[in-house]
Amino acid sequence: MKVELENLSKRWGNVYGARGVDLDIKDGEFVVFLGPSGCGKTTTLLMVAGIYKPSEGLIHFDGQVVNTVAPKDRNIGMVFQSYALYPHMDVFHNISYPLKLQKAPKAEMEERTQRVADMMGIGHLMERKPAMLSGGQQQRVALGRALVKEPGLLLFDEPLSNLDARLRLSMRSEIKRLQLELGITSIYVTHDQVEAMTMADRIAVMKDGQLQAFATPEELYDRPRTMFIGGFVGNPPMNFAEVAVSRRNDSFHARREGLDVVVPSDRGEKASASDKGIMGIRPEDVTIADEGVSGEVFVVEPLGRDHLVTVDIAGIYVHVLADPALGLHIGDKVKVNFNTSKVQFFNPETEQSLLWA
Amino acid sequence: MTTGTIETGRKAGLQRFLGQTLPYILLIITILPIIIGYAWILIATFSVRTEGLVPKDANGNIGGFTLQNWSFLNDPMIWRATLNSFTIAIGMVIGVGVVSTLMGYALSRMNFAGRKGLLGMIIVLQAFRAEMLLIAIFQVLVFIAGIPLIGKSFGFNTVGGVAFVMIALQLPLGVWLMKGFFDNISWDMERAALIDGASRFRVWWEIIIPLIKPGIAALAIFNFIQGWSNYLIAATFTIGTKVSTLPVFLNQFSGDTSLASWNSVAALGMFQLIPVMIFFIFTQEALLSIYGGGAKGGV
Repeated sequence: MKVELENLSKRWGNVYGARGVDLDIKDGEFVVFLGPSGCGKTTTLLMVAGIYKPSEGLIHFDGQVVNTVAPKDRNIGMVFQSYALYPHMDVFHNISYPLKLQKAPKAEMEERTQRVADMMGIGHLMERKPAMLSGGQQQRVALGRALVKEPGLLLFDEPLSNLDARLRLSMRSEIKRLQLELGITSIYVTHDQVEAMTMADRIAVMKDGQLQAFATPEELYDRPRTMFIGGFVGNPPMNFAEVAVSRRNDSFHARREGLDVVVPSDRGEKASASDKGIMGIRPEDVTIADEGVSGEVFVVEPLGRDHLVTVDIAGIYVHVLADPALGLHIGDKVKVNFNTSKVQFFNPETEQSLLWA
Repeated sequence: MTTGTIETGRKAGLQRFLGQTLPYILLIITILPIIIGYAWILIATFSVRTEGLVPKDANGNIGGFTLQNWSFLNDPMIWRATLNSFTIAIGMVIGVGVVSTLMGYALSRMNFAGRKGLLGMIIVLQAFRAEMLLIAIFQVLVFIAGIPLIGKSFGFNTVGGVAFVMIALQLPLGVWLMKGFFDNISWDMERAALIDGASRFRVWWEIIIPLIKPGIAALAIFNFIQGWSNYLIAATFTIGTKVSTLPVFLNQFSGDTSLASWNSVAALGMFQLIPVMIFFIFTQEALLSIYGGGAKGGV
């Protein structure tokens, strides 16, 4: 199912839950709404589901406006963060409830319910009540219930946030695999940028009710359009420092007190158009080296494979992913090297990227 | 070594006494007056007379078993009063139950104009005792009695009128209680059901109501007992034996003109207690769930 959101807004009095959201979701696409809590991603999802009535704008399913269509007639399935299973019904009745409401013949209902349950690996738990299931099993029941009526659109509202870390990881790949197999258009809401990066075909980044960007994970990561996206996508988050970029001789320099780095001319040229800029660089693009900018180790946090080292460079703190073998300690004097081919620049006032329009 | 184990054994014994036996002893002491009261009623019911808890016959000897006190069961009026009480009790169970669950749901889920004011008023209403409203209610019932058709069943001096007033007086508590139960059920569950294809009414009926069954049951018991044993409203708004309820009948039994036979009064009291006890036996689990922390699995 193709989904199109056109200038979609939800307003309660003067408070906007979502504001002017424009989105174009292709058939079979897996789209993630990503943003911090309160950014309007769940509000937008509930409008797509038909639970909230949009204050303004249109929702199209396959070209048809569905604003006034009741949730039950939208041919959607939804998985909730709290699972929202019916506690007084067993697994079979939970999964088959949508079919029962469709008045499906009994034999067909049983067959389809069993098939979905088997697909979700809970076929042997049919007689259990939700209270007797583990969190992961409950999530599978919820997923089964959403899938059983073979919807054209699947909606997920932070479905994994109640699971423990290990289970979250395996459910993540399972949902992704299932979605690919069934080819059902999906919208998935999360505040977890790792989930978004790993699962999405395209990510819609939201902030304060507004759509910040709608792009592939790679594009968001390599070419963030706003400072917010740069800081929100990627872990550990991007480093920011206010700099002035200017041309000297044949090269562009980004400078501030205690810092002077040469940046590639294509990026430098665009950045130098603005008097001041905010330079952004990811921790993995900064290295501890023999030559470079001088700094002092402020904190060392072991992450296992790497150490996340915070280096104090003339008053600004820069996160660096460093080899544990370096054996850095707090107070060590170090030299830091920036891989400036990946550097980003943002306008300090508008926080828009100076590189990518 | 030996003394050591004896010491620990003694300590464990003391702990068990403090932890398990002592609470029972304290409980029994506190409820002893009530137990003695019921014991007296039970003994008095089957005796000619009693001295303390000891049944005596006419000559003052221990014994004197009799069924004479239960002779009121031959009076057709008692059955009439029982039916009236029962009608009012069931009327309350249904009336308060239906209105409270519908209104509680609306108050819990919907945002409509005047919702806050209504909630505030429901709380304020609970502050007014029925006694304060007797005269006003009397006026209302007399007015209703003047309306054709309706007046015959719900006006002054009718069983319907008494039930009507009692339902109204009980509604604030019922609505508030039900709203609390609905508040405990997550919105997501309703949303899920709506997306699964249920209509609003079906969501309420198939998903929400089963989850607050314990609350409905508790409310039903509470109302049954209220309706069954209320004296004030029934005594105030009825005249004559045709529409009197059991508690009113009981009062007339120990009336002003005749000398009361306390043993007969006790028997009638016992008779009135029986349905309540039966009700309790079947529903105590539901009642416990309301006192012990609301609906399980309703979240």
